[in-house]
Amino acid sequence: MSTPGFNQRHLLGIEHLSAGDIDTILDTADSFVEVSTRNIKKVPALKGRTVVNLFFENSTRTRSSFEIAAKRLSADLINFNSSVSSLKKGESLKDTVLTLEAMNPHIIVIRHRAAGAPKYLTTFARSSIINAGDGFHEHPTQALLDAQTMRQRFGKLRGLKIAIVGDILHSRVARSNLILHHKMGNTVHLVGPPSLVPKEFESMGAKVYHDLKAGVEGTDVVMMLRVQEERGAGNYFPSIREYRRLFEINAAVFATAAPDAIVMHPGPLNRDVEIETSLADSERSVILQQVNNGIAVRMAVLYLLKGEPNEVLN
Amino acid sequence: MKFLIKNGRLVDPSSGIDNTVDIMVADGRIEDIHPRLEPGNAERVIDAAGLVVCPGFIDMHVHLREPGDENKETIRSGVEAAVHGGFTSVACMPNTNPVNDNRSVTEYIIARAKKCRLAHVFPVAAISRGLQGENITEMADLAAGGAVGFSDDGRCVMSADLIRKALEYCRMLDLPIIEHPEDHSISGEGLVNEGLISYKYGMRGILNAAEEVIVARDIILQDRIRSRLHLTHLSTARSVANIKDAKARGIPVTADATPHHLLLNEEKITTYNTVFKVKPPLRTESDRQALVEGLADGTIDCIASDHAPHTRDEKDKEFEYAPFGVIGLESTVSVVYDRLVRTKMISLMRMVELLSTNPAVILNLKDRGKVKKGLPADLTILDLNQRFTIDTGKFRSKANNCPFRNWEGMGRVAFTIVDGRVVYESGA
Amino acid sequence: MEEKIKAKIMDSRKMERALARMSMEILERNRDAGSLALIGIQTKGVYVARRIRDHIQDMEEVELPLGILDITLFRDDLHLQEHHPKVEKTEIDFSVEDRHIVLIDDVVFTGRTIRAAMDSIFELGRPASIQLAAFIDRGHRELPICPDFKGKYLPTARRERVNVMLKELEGSDQVLIMEPTRF
Repeated sequence: MSTPGFNQRHLLGIEHLSAGDIDTILDTADSFVEVSTRNIKKVPALKGRTVVNLFFENSTRTRSSFEIAAKRLSADLINFNSSVSSLKKGESLKDTVLTLEAMNPHIIVIRHRAAGAPKYLTTFARSSIINAGDGFHEHPTQALLDAQTMRQRFGKLRGLKIAIVGDILHSRVARSNLILHHKMGNTVHLVGPPSLVPKEFESMGAKVYHDLKAGVEGTDVVMMLRVQEERGAGNYFPSIREYRRLFEINAAVFATAAPDAIVMHPGPLNRDVEIETSLADSERSVILQQVNNGIAVRMAVLYLLKGEPNEVLN
Repeated sequence: MKFLIKNGRLVDPSSGIDNTVDIMVADGRIEDIHPRLEPGNAERVIDAAGLVVCPGFIDMHVHLREPGDENKETIRSGVEAAVHGGFTSVACMPNTNPVNDNRSVTEYIIARAKKCRLAHVFPVAAISRGLQGENITEMADLAAGGAVGFSDDGRCVMSADLIRKALEYCRMLDLPIIEHPEDHSISGEGLVNEGLISYKYGMRGILNAAEEVIVARDIILQDRIRSRLHLTHLSTARSVANIKDAKARGIPVTADATPHHLLLNEEKITTYNTVFKVKPPLRTESDRQALVEGLADGTIDCIASDHAPHTRDEKDKEFEYAPFGVIGLESTVSVVYDRLVRTKMISLMRMVELLSTNPAVILNLKDRGKVKKGLPADLTILDLNQRFTIDTGKFRSKANNCPFRNWEGMGRVAFTIVDGRVVYESGA
Repeated sequence: MEEKIKAKIMDSRKMERALARMSMEILERNRDAGSLALIGIQTKGVYVARRIRDHIQDMEEVELPLGILDITLFRDDLHLQEHHPKVEKTEIDFSVEDRHIVLIDDVVFTGRTIRAAMDSIFELGRPASIQLAAFIDRGHRELPICPDFKGKYLPTARRERVNVMLKELEGSDQVLIMEPTRF
């Protein structure tokens, strides 16, 4: 009585999932949304399993989201942050992980600034690996929780038009979302200045726009990405001021989207840079639901990953 | 030591010979070449029937890492790897520690190599002091110490004024300036070729133009200066086109390409395997094909491996943090023969020209790159009927970052002869 | 695993009679239907629970609250499996606090499903009592669990399987014993 469809040992990226896998994860996440409404938000499903959070980049929200998810499943969770001394002493990633494995974790959740780091782990680690963000490459649980949010709002995940606005080039959130919606057959518009949205992305199944209004028009979802000061320093755009004028979403531009359109943002939010503050607080913005769904989706992923039977309890 | 190489097929582009001959080697030199020679008082007869005898191969772009990075490679392990791979001479780059920007380092390298009595080592000295790209080195002094050319390899000379001055100054020495063409302001922190694959896999890219703008710049300067300019490890189609056009216009410029750029493309990096992390990066399939065409039509003058050893631990890392570089001394001959000559992309004669004749000309090694009576006996003897498997476990190099590991095919080195001594034989 | 029908134990009429009798017994035992609630265990227990609710509604004109419970996350054998089984929905829109719950499933076998169901209910609150209604009791209990109401007691061999087929799901009502085919 197992789920024959979902047969993944790791979650390295949306790239490796089928549309069916994505549906299964989101269906399972629905059950976990229910668990999260109870007074005692705990189920024993992962009792006896150990999950390690291995975060080399600072991230309170994703890390705590995984932490809450693991604990709600009754798993034991260990947080391993980059501020911990052994990493500062120059220990290699490989040695760090091999040492961790002495604690027999079943799942390692890793966030790292080098693209491919989670995949690199699979070449020598025994645990299941979840990619919580690797450089500019992928952030699969973010795309999944974004999809869950859309599914809740629209009752479906297919036949949607989605605009992703901002620094696409350096965004793993954009890539994972693009891959996911391409698999679902949705239309994706990528919007931003040419230096940050190269034409080549069209061969990944998107349409590229450099005009915000044109890109947002008629879309069901407008997903705004964070824009970072540092990119300004790299001359990708001249200043935040100019960027804002051209690419900040406000009520007027948003009016050209579909009548029931929603605004999303992976956080943390730069008010009045990416999204006009009143729009961010309006009921069209589902930013808080995204956060809530993050826990349920992560619970679903932790639950579904195929693993070895628990050696301790055997 | 006197020995006879009997019945070998001599392929020597410098004289145009492709014939079965006997070769007598004595006192380190070629004593005689003739269709039929008697062994006489030769101490050994090498039966070269079915084998191909070539002028000793010269790899004009290797990193021996000594002095300074002996963990990665030493001069000794480097020349052992060279002769194992069929190379009788190598030219080594100056990005050592200390940098080879003064005569004592040059002389040190030559002395260490001489002690090994294996492949010849010809140091390429730095263009700028400390490879800083600001002031030129004492080129005449370095030349007197044995440097065969100048390069800031590892880095590109970013200042157009400096490369201009270097080319001008060097003209009186008649030695080549070897440019590593990469505009660092464009390549920045890039890791792989910039394009759909780098975008898809979330890695910073190195645009084609980073190489092409330097190739174009240096050709424009060379048009005026007419010194000796060599552009190393070309990787893009437009670079090849630019060189072709320059040659057609009579501008003296030479170029080389590496086996990995000739045989691999950027698809390899999609697994984030650091053995394919190299600079310049592996490019698109159409770039690769343009390089092969350039090899065949004479635009590219030689093949050089850019042998860049790193320790196992250094390469066993996240893609972002692993150093750039692949080794090539012990794989080049086999993979080039099997994938370029056997597939009829280039002829055997052309391969020998690319690996021996032309490097000797570019580096002004007047006695090398040809098989001629009276000249030192540097010979590479190949068995083209032998199967090979690239087995890094059997490499003499300290490193194993070889992108061709486990490749199989036909064509191996049977003998490597340096100064009339058999320094490597596969049978042994 | 391939199986074939060994015997047909109940037809549609017998099933309806058994369900009606169970519903009456539940009412008799629970004079005060005010704080009574039914919880059906996914998947077939839910359908059985609905039928019982409908019978009770016919008999007493009171519609009891009905909850749907998926016990997957509380199973005691998850750690033994490579793949975690699919989780169906749980929907209990009433408070279990101080309620008399009748837990309903189609078949009780080892008793582990019922144990998981009870653990799950206790996560939601503190019921006043839990009674168990199992349509078929096929024996082979591994835990001290006993149905308070049963449709039929059916002795079976371990390797057999009891299939309670339901009109709503499979098109007809019958209770079958299935056995594995020999190779």
